[in-house]
Amino acid sequence: MEMPVPDATILARKTHLAARLAAVLPSDALIQDEMETRAYECDALAAYRCPPLLVVLPRTTQEVSDVLRICHEEGVPVVPRGAGTSLAGGALPTADSVILGVARMNEVLETDYDNRVIRVQSGRTNLSVSGAVEEEAFFYAPDPSSQLACAIAGNIAMNSGGAHCLKYGVTTNNLLGVTMVMMDGTVVEIGGAHLDAAGLDLLGVICGSEGQLGVVTEATLRILRKPEGARPVLIGFDSNEVAGACVSDIIKAGVLPVAIEFMDRPCIEACEAFAKAGYPMCEALLIIEVEGSDAEIAHQLDLIIEIARTHNPVELREARDADEAARIWLGRKSAFGAMGQINDYMCLDGTIPVGSLPQVLRCIGQLSKEFGLDVANVFHAGDGNMHPLILFDANKPGDLELCEKLGAEVLKLCVEVGGCLTGEHGVGIEKRDLMLYQYAPEDLEAQLWVKDVFDPKWLLNPAKVFPLSVTEERRVPALAAE
Amino acid sequence: MHSPKNEAELAEVIVGAEAPLCVEGGGTRGCKVDGDQLALRGMSGIELYEPGSLTLVAKAGTPMAEIEALLASEGQRMAFEPMDARGVLGSSGTPTIGGAIAVNSSGPRRIQGGAARDYLLGVRFVDGAGQVIKNGGRVMKNVTGYDLVKLMAGSYGTLGVLSEVSLKVLPFPEAIATVSVAVTDLSAAVQVMSTALGSPYDVTGAAYDPVSGLAHVRLEGFAPSVRYRQEKLAGELTRLGEVDNQSKTEELWRDIRDVAAFQGQVGDVWRISVKPSDAVRLAPMLEAEALQFDWGGGLIWALTSEGVDIRTSLAGAGVSGHATLVRAQPKTVAAIGRFQPQAQALEVISDELRRRFDPRGVLNTGLMRAGQITGVEGA
Repeated sequence: MEMPVPDATILARKTHLAARLAAVLPSDALIQDEMETRAYECDALAAYRCPPLLVVLPRTTQEVSDVLRICHEEGVPVVPRGAGTSLAGGALPTADSVILGVARMNEVLETDYDNRVIRVQSGRTNLSVSGAVEEEAFFYAPDPSSQLACAIAGNIAMNSGGAHCLKYGVTTNNLLGVTMVMMDGTVVEIGGAHLDAAGLDLLGVICGSEGQLGVVTEATLRILRKPEGARPVLIGFDSNEVAGACVSDIIKAGVLPVAIEFMDRPCIEACEAFAKAGYPMCEALLIIEVEGSDAEIAHQLDLIIEIARTHNPVELREARDADEAARIWLGRKSAFGAMGQINDYMCLDGTIPVGSLPQVLRCIGQLSKEFGLDVANVFHAGDGNMHPLILFDANKPGDLELCEKLGAEVLKLCVEVGGCLTGEHGVGIEKRDLMLYQYAPEDLEAQLWVKDVFDPKWLLNPAKVFPLSVTEERRVPALAAE
Repeated sequence: MHSPKNEAELAEVIVGAEAPLCVEGGGTRGCKVDGDQLALRGMSGIELYEPGSLTLVAKAGTPMAEIEALLASEGQRMAFEPMDARGVLGSSGTPTIGGAIAVNSSGPRRIQGGAARDYLLGVRFVDGAGQVIKNGGRVMKNVTGYDLVKLMAGSYGTLGVLSEVSLKVLPFPEAIATVSVAVTDLSAAVQVMSTALGSPYDVTGAAYDPVSGLAHVRLEGFAPSVRYRQEKLAGELTRLGEVDNQSKTEELWRDIRDVAAFQGQVGDVWRISVKPSDAVRLAPMLEAEALQFDWGGGLIWALTSEGVDIRTSLAGAGVSGHATLVRAQPKTVAAIGRFQPQAQALEVISDELRRRFDPRGVLNTGLMRAGQITGVEGA
């Protein structure tokens, strides 16, 4: 994956820059030692690494503002970092960049149950937002699988989703306001505890902008009262087509489960070998979860089971208690760990119209054979958000490249059937070069206008999201002007 | 008047525009500005509907009624409950999907399911230079590049003219019921609504009508579930006021959505968005002739005497939020502006975005920016 050549004049000014940053930060908030900056050389896309020039770990909006103002004046690129769990390389540094990590900004600023909002500093982890309101039986809905570690800042940058977003929406549907620092150090407040912000929907375009428009330091999030209960059912089928048709029929019948998870045979086999959850060996498994009181759950599950029966399931297992529910989820939740046991893997998240599931799975199977790499599929079927896991051997020369090529083919396939390259992980560097496959140059140009407005010098996370060839004219003059 | 039949003709009109254009969907929302009229009504038709994927794609000028009828035939609906503004604005015309999206219209269900922008999956639009641009798509999760879809929703045609939108739709519930609680004042009403919204019973509407003194809470879903939740909620709310369980309430919620209470009444109409608990403090300061509350108290509709700028009350009460002048005489709109001015830094960003998307300033020039209103027509 190509990254821009680091600017030698910036590298030469490291001491000067460090001195300026040290003047506005507490001594423990600036890291310049090369051994220590190495800890920030990559995120969860660990195949790509590059230690940054410096790392700053501010605790306040004012410190973030000071850092950005100085970097703006010095013409130094800044790569914002939440918890570093990006699967797309969103927090990958360049050698001439300053990593701005918000992990130390993790306070809850205000909890307001009457208005059903919480205001937090953006470095707070996703799960601990729910944790902060748990005693009143509330929760924060978006639940990316990395929720134990990932930060709200990163969730906003990537517009993160999760297994339960079929019912509750993704980050953008649950974000009401932000305090954001612009690259020149200006602090702006957008939205708040009221439901719709005034003017153009800037919040909407900031969410999912991968840290390229500003650094969000505080966020107002919608919190919801927990449902009375939740229970899954597991249904096995002897073909992907039938499982796909079943999903479609459930949705058409007016049932809207909180989650519909889909696993194909390679994934079932791997999970079963790893977690021994007692899954049936079949071609496709659905795990469908519904919420409500016991009676409501029973009613919805009855409807789902009635529909499933018309598709001749090979297995139908309803959770009667919490233990059985946990067993049903066990295999699914260990899917990634199971893959990791077998081999290195790359996880994609292209999204497709639900109706094209069987066709896409068939084509992925063919591609897997052609490339000679195994692919297991586990995904959020209700909203068409695929998660093909491509297995490869990082120690085998050429295997990573082969895996990336196969990944690109899978994502192109998603676009061809009317879907998109990424449903919840973001573009980062990983899918950057495929953007022209999904968008015409003028479509991308319109997105670049937004970046031009928020960050005219193109200093915030500049090498991400868009193909480097497309942004070169904007990035290079910005650096040359220094 | 320009009335393009398709996207290519729309682009031609914009490329050829030598003066500002007044972009119009169905013309029902009272957003006329000076300029050559550009009507989107000719660009109509549903392009794709997949009930099993909860997805619909339509040209921007498609009448809402046509979309609603097709959805109803499959037991589905538009989830964001867009308002029909004709009653309160005294306007005529046919509401279109493009118009609803362009103003990010959202009804009572906003509190639970979200606004128009939350159901908009993709757009095609023509920018101010006449270029066709697309963003998003027709899938429910999409983080591929910047979310211009959100930016276009609620941009009042100032960044581009929508030609096609793709939407997430939802099943029509088997049952709808309302728990109505008699309350003595707004403070008690907000308490009822907050209690209901903070309950696990998945409330899809919470509104208060000071005239009847009733706080209404809506429940939707499968019949047994709605019955169960109605009973539970009534039990919890009974300590706050006398409870009445209603079942046939579609009309009630339509009237709340369309602010039917203000229809035919003289005066200016304001739409105010605040934190629900702030409504209690703010409402008495508005000096309104009539008030209606939705969104648990977070959306206030105020009928005021002509020419009063209620934004000073917001500022005076120290309440954050914003007020939009929805209906007023042209001279009032010209004097105090339809939209609330924002903080300087945000105004700069918004202006700059408009400059990029509409470099010649031909799209709905007078709209959105408080200081640039030029002769907006009232109701």
